[in-house]
Amino acid sequence: MKESVQYKIFKVINVLILLLVVYVTLFPFLNVVAQSFSGEAQINAGKVGLIPQGFNIETYQTVLKDQQFWVSYKNTVLYTVVATTISMVMTTMFAYALSKKRLAGRQFFTKFAVFTMFFSGGLIPNYILIQQLGWGNTIWAVVVPGAISVFNMLIMKSFFENIPEELEEAASIDGSSTYGTLFKIILPLSKPILATMVLFYAVGNWNSWFSAFLYFDQKELFPVTLYLRNLIKGATAGLSTGATSADNLTQIAANIKSVTMVLTVLPIIMVYPFIQKYFVSGIMLGSVKQ
Amino acid sequence: MKPAVQVQKTAQNIVLPDLNVNKRTKVLALLKKDWQLYSLLVLPIIYLLVFKYLPMLGNIIAFRRFIPGGSIFGEEWVGLQYIQMFINDPTFWHVFKNTLMISSLTLLFCFPAPIIFALLLNELTSKKFKKFVQTVSYLPHFLSMVIIAGMVLQITAGNGPINALITALGGEPIYFMQEASWFRGIYVTSEMWQGMGWGAILYLAALTNIDESLYEAAKIDGANRWKQTIHITIPGILPTIVTLLVLNIGSLMAVGFEKVLLLYNPLNYETADVISTYLYRIGLESSNFSYATAIGLFEALIGLTLVLSANAISRKLTDSSLW
Repeated sequence: MKESVQYKIFKVINVLILLLVVYVTLFPFLNVVAQSFSGEAQINAGKVGLIPQGFNIETYQTVLKDQQFWVSYKNTVLYTVVATTISMVMTTMFAYALSKKRLAGRQFFTKFAVFTMFFSGGLIPNYILIQQLGWGNTIWAVVVPGAISVFNMLIMKSFFENIPEELEEAASIDGSSTYGTLFKIILPLSKPILATMVLFYAVGNWNSWFSAFLYFDQKELFPVTLYLRNLIKGATAGLSTGATSADNLTQIAANIKSVTMVLTVLPIIMVYPFIQKYFVSGIMLGSVKQ
Repeated sequence: MKPAVQVQKTAQNIVLPDLNVNKRTKVLALLKKDWQLYSLLVLPIIYLLVFKYLPMLGNIIAFRRFIPGGSIFGEEWVGLQYIQMFINDPTFWHVFKNTLMISSLTLLFCFPAPIIFALLLNELTSKKFKKFVQTVSYLPHFLSMVIIAGMVLQITAGNGPINALITALGGEPIYFMQEASWFRGIYVTSEMWQGMGWGAILYLAALTNIDESLYEAAKIDGANRWKQTIHITIPGILPTIVTLLVLNIGSLMAVGFEKVLLLYNPLNYETADVISTYLYRIGLESSNFSYATAIGLFEALIGLTLVLSANAISRKLTDSSLW
C-alpha cells in the first residue's frame, strides 16, 4: 500500500507533536531535579531550566541532616506497610467471599459495597467519627479508614470468579476447608492480581497526605508528604506577602522544597518502570468488569 | 363460607411457623456447614458499616445541633436551619458557581485530550516509540497530589521557567498564583498534564479491538487514512467514549479537592474556592460542623443524582451502563 504525501507529512508532524507531549510531561520533573542541584541565587534569578546552575549538593546534605525529614520518611514507610497489609487482608477476604456463588446474599453484599462508591458520608461526619473513636494522633487514623477500596475489591472479585470452579471442588472433595482452599489453591494462582493490588494500595498510601493533615497535629507523626506540604505552603505564604525577591527564607525554601520533592518521589520513580504494566493490566480488568 | 375462611386461617397458622423454622434451620445449617466462608465477610462488613455507613448516617447533623465531643448524631433537631443558612449564603453560591466553572472546563478540555492522544499514538509506525511515549505519559498519574502541587507552584512561580520564557520573549513576568484570573487555566492544564496519558489506556485497548479487515476493505475502496479514522476508528471506540463521558458527567461535582486545597490562597479565592474547600474551612477551621455537613450533604446528593441520571441516559443510548 502506498501512502499519500499528506499522510507522510502528517506522520512526521505526529511524531513531533508526541515528542512535544513527552517534553512537556517530563519538563516539571527535570526542572525539579535541576533546581535541587542548583544554587539559591540562580533559582531566584529564574535561571534554572533543565540544567542545574551553580551546581551543588549541599541542599541534599542539609535536608538529609534534618531529623524531621527522617522521622517523616520513616513514618511514610511504616504507614505504607501497615495500611497496605490491612488493605490486602480485608480486600482479599471480601473479594473471595463475594466471588463464591454459593454465598447466600451475595448480590446484596456486593450492592452494599458498591453503593459506597457513589454516596459517602462526606468530610465532616468522617472527621467526627475518627475523633470519637479517639484515633486523632494515632496511626489508626491513616491506616484503617481506607482499608477497602471497593473498586480494587471488584477487580479482585472478578479475577477470583475466573478461576475454574473444578479446582476448588476437587480440593473440597479431598477434605480441604474453605480457609485451606483459599491459602493453598486460590492465592497461589492469584499472584498477578495480588501483586497489582499491593502496588495500587502501596502507591496510594505512599502518596497520601490528607488524612494525616486532618488527624495529626504532632510533627513526629507526619508522613513525608505532609512534611513536604508544609514546606510548600510555607513558601507560598512567603510569596503571597510579596517576599518574592531576595528574601533569604524563601530562597532556602525553594531549594529545600525541590530536594524534598525529589526524595519523596524517588521510590515511586525507581519502581515505576517495573510496576506500570501491572497498573495498566489492573485498570483493564476493572474496566472489563464495569 | 365462614368455616372455610377459618380453615384457611388455621392452615396458615400451621404452615407459617413451619416455614420460618425451615428457613431458620436452613440458614443455621448453611452457616454451620460453610461458616468459614461467611467468617470472611465479618470484618469487611463491620468495616463498611463503621467507616462508610455510619458517616452516611452522620449526615443527620445537617438537621441537628452538634456539640463537639457530643454524640456523632447531634443533640437536638433544628429542622432546616442549616439548609436555609446555605441557601441564603452568597459565598455558598459563589463557590457553587466556581465548582461548576472548574468542572465544566475540566470536562471540556480534559475529556477529549486522551481520545486525541490515543488516536495520535495509534498512527505511530514504530512500536518502540509508541511504548516510550505511553510509558512517559502515565508517569504523572503516580505522583502524590503534594508533588503535583509543588511542581505547579514551581513552574508558575514569579521566577519560574514559564516567566523565564515570557521575559526572554520580552514580556512582563506574571504572578500566576496571585492573580485570580489564572487559577482555572492552571488547574485545567495541570489536570490534563496529570491525566491525559493514563486516560488514554482504555481508548488504546478499544483501538486494538477494532477488526483489521475493516481497514483492509476501506483501503480497497480507496479510503485514505483520514476517512478510515472518521468511518472506522472513531465508531469503533464510540462505546468507550460514551461510557467514559457518562462517568465523567457523573462526577462533575467532584472537583479535585486536594489539589485546590494545596494550590489556592487568599489572593485567588475568588475563582479557586470550591464547595469542598469552603465546607472544609467552615467545618474544620471555624468548627461549624452542622453547617458544613449540610453543604456536604447537598453536594453529595447532587453527585448521586448526576451519576444515576447519567447512568440511565447511557443505558438508553448505548445499552451499556454501570449497573
